[in-house]
Amino acid sequence: MSTTTLPPDGFNAAPKLADVLPPRKERGRIGMFIYRHPTIAVGGFMVSLFVLMAIFAPLLWTVDPTALAPARRTRPPSAQWWFGTDMLGRDVYSRVVYGARISLIVGFATAIISAVIGLTIGLISGFIRAVDAVVMRVMDGLMSIPSILLAIAMMALTRASVENVIIALVIADVPRVARLVRGVVLTLREQPYVEAAVAAGTRTPMIIWKHILPNTLAPVTVQATFFCASAMISEATLSFIGAGTPPIIPSWGNIMAEGRALWQVKPYIVFFPAIFLSITVLSVNLLGDGLRDALDPRMAKRI
Amino acid sequence: MSNSQTQASSRPLLEVKGLKKHFPIHGGILGGKVGNVYAVDGVSFSINRGETLSLVGESGCGKSTVGKAVLRLYPITDGEVMLDGRRVDNLPAGELRPLRKRMQVVFQDPFSSLNPRQRLRDIIAEPIVNFGMASGSELDDRVGDLLDKVRLPREAMYRYPHEFSGGQRQRIAIARALAPGSDLIICDEAVSALDVSVKAQIVNLLSDLQDELGLALLFISHDLAIVEHLTHRVAVMYLGKIVELADRKTLFGTPHHPYTRALLSAVPVPDPTVKRQRIILRGDVPSPINPPSGCRFHTRCPFVFDRCKTEEPQLRDVGMGRMSACHLDVVPDQVPEANRQAVAA
Repeated sequence: MSTTTLPPDGFNAAPKLADVLPPRKERGRIGMFIYRHPTIAVGGFMVSLFVLMAIFAPLLWTVDPTALAPARRTRPPSAQWWFGTDMLGRDVYSRVVYGARISLIVGFATAIISAVIGLTIGLISGFIRAVDAVVMRVMDGLMSIPSILLAIAMMALTRASVENVIIALVIADVPRVARLVRGVVLTLREQPYVEAAVAAGTRTPMIIWKHILPNTLAPVTVQATFFCASAMISEATLSFIGAGTPPIIPSWGNIMAEGRALWQVKPYIVFFPAIFLSITVLSVNLLGDGLRDALDPRMAKRI
Repeated sequence: MSNSQTQASSRPLLEVKGLKKHFPIHGGILGGKVGNVYAVDGVSFSINRGETLSLVGESGCGKSTVGKAVLRLYPITDGEVMLDGRRVDNLPAGELRPLRKRMQVVFQDPFSSLNPRQRLRDIIAEPIVNFGMASGSELDDRVGDLLDKVRLPREAMYRYPHEFSGGQRQRIAIARALAPGSDLIICDEAVSALDVSVKAQIVNLLSDLQDELGLALLFISHDLAIVEHLTHRVAVMYLGKIVELADRKTLFGTPHHPYTRALLSAVPVPDPTVKRQRIILRGDVPSPINPPSGCRFHTRCPFVFDRCKTEEPQLRDVGMGRMSACHLDVVPDQVPEANRQAVAA
């Protein structure tokens, strides 16, 4: 601390802000963001590309992905059929582009729904001890069910649909979010700033809203991005084994399933959806990694 | 406030009588109660307006528990806490809430005592908003005044806590504690985590604020040098009990209880030429789960005799406004000759 700005006794006057804190570095907002969080920038950019691709699928030089043309089955990639055609003569490129819709819908829906439900359950059981014991045993029970098996069982009982895939994956993910949130809430409750808020007369709902919730959002967001990535893989797995998205709707999983039989002679039918799936999952995971680094309070000091 | 001051100038601001806080230990397959931690076991003291009472003792002696029990951050097991003559320990939450604005707290760790996701303005304004004491631009003015009081620039109110150093954050915590116009601030090891120079600044700030606002402070600390610098009275705690309570000069000048003497002899003196007799205590502090019978200090006391092991000494007035809990004060006849000489010396 500089002594020049302080009066002799050092305590009677407040110092100027500039003496207390260094001035903030000026940089363009977008430039600053990319500089500070390169992984979020790359991951976010790639995820948004895929989202745009899914939304504008009809405009991306695609044809009807379900149109059958037995006369031109299993054509290799060419100028006319960029990714070739499958066993029923459907355009693989169009199917892959439309398939992005299913992957992204399943990924985002699973992540958002399980985050919201898990957050609510976690907050409640972290705060109300009586509820905690019961709810957490139920969550333990749910967690012991493998998500893929649960999904297969649900498909066997009902009919195959995208909604059922989402429901099965949400049931598997909710307990994980709930446990995470509960753990965070239990540690946050003991934080001195929460105790100070109690001493300052803040009522419990406001404590949850102002002190607990904002501090749980970061880990939940990070967890949700990873659930999004793993939900995409699970959806592809389920569709691949025929227990997921019905074959009438193209999804990366069932495109691969249909190409599986011809894998050794016509590898491109499997190759293109697999590459798209990998790159999408990679970009969502990059985004998640970046968010984890950026939202970690210990990293917040890097201003 | 002036009204209550005139009618109750003789009444202590805070009075604690026989405070006990036992934490249950759960164990076994069914999670039943298998024991208690006797963290605080019958503590009584009082604090007057504008006065500083320090609570000193080793780690784990229950001094922080006393602070939190007074604030009612958890329910107490037994005893009474009176704020300005009104019993607060048994009030339902709704009736307790308005009284909370009269006592506030400053915690040890300035990094975890401020919500990292709130701006300074929201942190400091929280108690003011809770009690509906101001809003809008009036609230900003109040927060600005509080920042002035703790010698931080007003513009800082739009910044986040992580932009500040430990000492600055502790000033922010003090500003929050002052915000509702509190009469009593409980400083739970408030300067223990700070560097020596910053520590001195914060201690001076607290004394200045005390003079300016007539605050009472319950200063919980293990740092005897700081305590000697700012306190009016001192209570020494050992294993959940107060063993000695006296004025600063009396206690630091002529420590009386064997434990106090041992504690004071452990304070380093920054002068290598000073030769002094150290009283070295052997062993560790016994567990508060199963405290020793009789006098809790008997397992480590250099002057221990038979009675100490069976009968618990009470805190009594031993002259010069000093309270002490030791059998040596009452029945010197029973003390072996050698011990008596040691006590006299």
